[in-house]
Amino acid sequence: MSALIPLVIAVPLTGAAVTLLAIRSRTTQRLIAIACAVATAAISIAILIGVDRDGTQAAALGGWPGRIAINLVADRFSALMLTVSSTMLLAVLLYALGQRADDERSRWYHPAYMALMAGVSGAFLAGDLFNLFVWFEVLLMASYVLLTLEGNDGQIRSGTTYVVLNVVESLVLVTAVALIFAATGTLNMADLPDRLAALPDGVRLGLNLLLLIAFGLKAAVFPLFSWLPDSYPAAPSPVSAVFAGLLTKIGVYAIVRTQTLLFPDTNRTLLLVIAGLTMVIGVLGAIAQSDMKRILSFHIISQIGYMIMGVALGGLAAITATIFYMLHHIPVKTSLFLVEGIVERDTGSSTLDRVSGLARRSGPLAALFLIPAFSLAGLPPFSGFVGKLAVVTEGLDQRSWWIVAAALAVSLMTLVSMLKIWTGAFWGDPDPAPAEGQSRGLLRQHPLMSAVTVAVVTATLCIALFAGPLYRFCERAAQDATRVTTYTEAVIK
Amino acid sequence: MSIVQAALIAVLAGTGTYLVMHRTLTRIILGLGLLGNAINLLILTSGDSPGEAPIIGREGAFTDPLPQALVLTAIVIGFGVISFLLAMAYRAWTIDGNDEVEDDIDDRRLAQQSDTGGDYGEPT
Repeated sequence: MSALIPLVIAVPLTGAAVTLLAIRSRTTQRLIAIACAVATAAISIAILIGVDRDGTQAAALGGWPGRIAINLVADRFSALMLTVSSTMLLAVLLYALGQRADDERSRWYHPAYMALMAGVSGAFLAGDLFNLFVWFEVLLMASYVLLTLEGNDGQIRSGTTYVVLNVVESLVLVTAVALIFAATGTLNMADLPDRLAALPDGVRLGLNLLLLIAFGLKAAVFPLFSWLPDSYPAAPSPVSAVFAGLLTKIGVYAIVRTQTLLFPDTNRTLLLVIAGLTMVIGVLGAIAQSDMKRILSFHIISQIGYMIMGVALGGLAAITATIFYMLHHIPVKTSLFLVEGIVERDTGSSTLDRVSGLARRSGPLAALFLIPAFSLAGLPPFSGFVGKLAVVTEGLDQRSWWIVAAALAVSLMTLVSMLKIWTGAFWGDPDPAPAEGQSRGLLRQHPLMSAVTVAVVTATLCIALFAGPLYRFCERAAQDATRVTTYTEAVIK
Repeated sequence: MSIVQAALIAVLAGTGTYLVMHRTLTRIILGLGLLGNAINLLILTSGDSPGEAPIIGREGAFTDPLPQALVLTAIVIGFGVISFLLAMAYRAWTIDGNDEVEDDIDDRRLAQQSDTGGDYGEPT
């Protein structure tokens, strides 16, 4: 079982190397990439099943004892995130193949995508802080390449902001790692909880804040989000779908992991304030925009607020809510960008002034947009409702009235800005009026893209349908995340 | 940690931060390089007091090898990132003839809208 854990990193890394070797043949590259993505998804599902049956598993690389080895640790929380992310990466890979845009035809697309996959898996599994930093770097490096693949004016402009800010984030993270090492003499996440607890309060707070700044930049929380809506829209649609669904959630994952494991008893009022501001500012930004991709990018920020709110409230129920929220948000956000990709592919633009009347041309496409949009706004019976309900109930239980009020108001405003996309792009008369043969089957013109989008939207519906069992699983995952002893015992046997 | 090392870290980090605040990508890259070196030194000083080389078979008090391994990794990563940034600066220069980091077009448009009281014109 624990032999499978390194494989989920090794397979895509090998894929990256082999696709680089096969640089002359696009067909070979595609076949290898699909094979690797399928294998990674299958392995992560196997890990999820195994971890759910046997509890937390640790793979000590190099065969050293757990205290000094480089550990890869899979508990229910990380295995769940791994499964969701690897299936999304597979889906978007297929979508990109269907899109046949210029970027996918670039010879560097598949190697970078495979490296991204390895980095994402590594970040979810890393068992010590320095390796977490290394895997962050691997996925960031791949994301730099994917973001600037075409190298045109807009991509370089927004890519610069993205790269520089992420390098600064990495530097803050290494500083935090260095100081934690200086204070405790270890970076092993199983060893750290005890040693950090022995530190004076002021030092602990300082270390905690440094880590929060680093991961907060990655997760795009309130004062540190400005890079996101500038950079994501510049990327090609499949790439921004992956970024939107996954990359910020890795920051959130790291925040949850470090807050529950390393700093379990700290007062999180500051985090709660940040969560509230992230929600409100994000959604206000979304309302001000007039481009589909930018509206959706601002929504990512406001949704991050809900997840941080769960972390800030703390306790088993709130962490369960956060995990469920992440589980639902990744496919929902990805599918919205996938729909946007079809719109952009068909009309050549994602600016609302230039797109109109898509619902008249293709009812199914409008439905594909509406379902995740309603889910994001938190309307019942969609999956977002369950996640939001869980977070809000927990806020009520802990009597944090103002954050609950903010959360509810932001849901409403999310709906308003979704209506803006709806009235702008889908409602009204088609422009230009469709020709006779064109009027039916917008989806049929892009079969693979549509099939993937339908599959992802169906997955979000399934999350709503099976919310009960999934929620119970998230509860077990939250138990793994909040109970420090299960983690340390699995690593240090 | 000796005073000299601490002072060196402070100078490197200070100069690096100053350079990163600039608009020219080349200066930002230089700044990031200095910042990276400051932090590498910080990692190195985070180990215990210096000692013998940590080689199996030798006697005596060894230096902690972990910070050295970490610094080595951090240097390699920093090298990769900086070469990527240099390539980007070169690309920006071939497109524009300079390597200024520009404002985002949509941000600028929105700022103008709020200045002129909501004139919703064509996006530039």
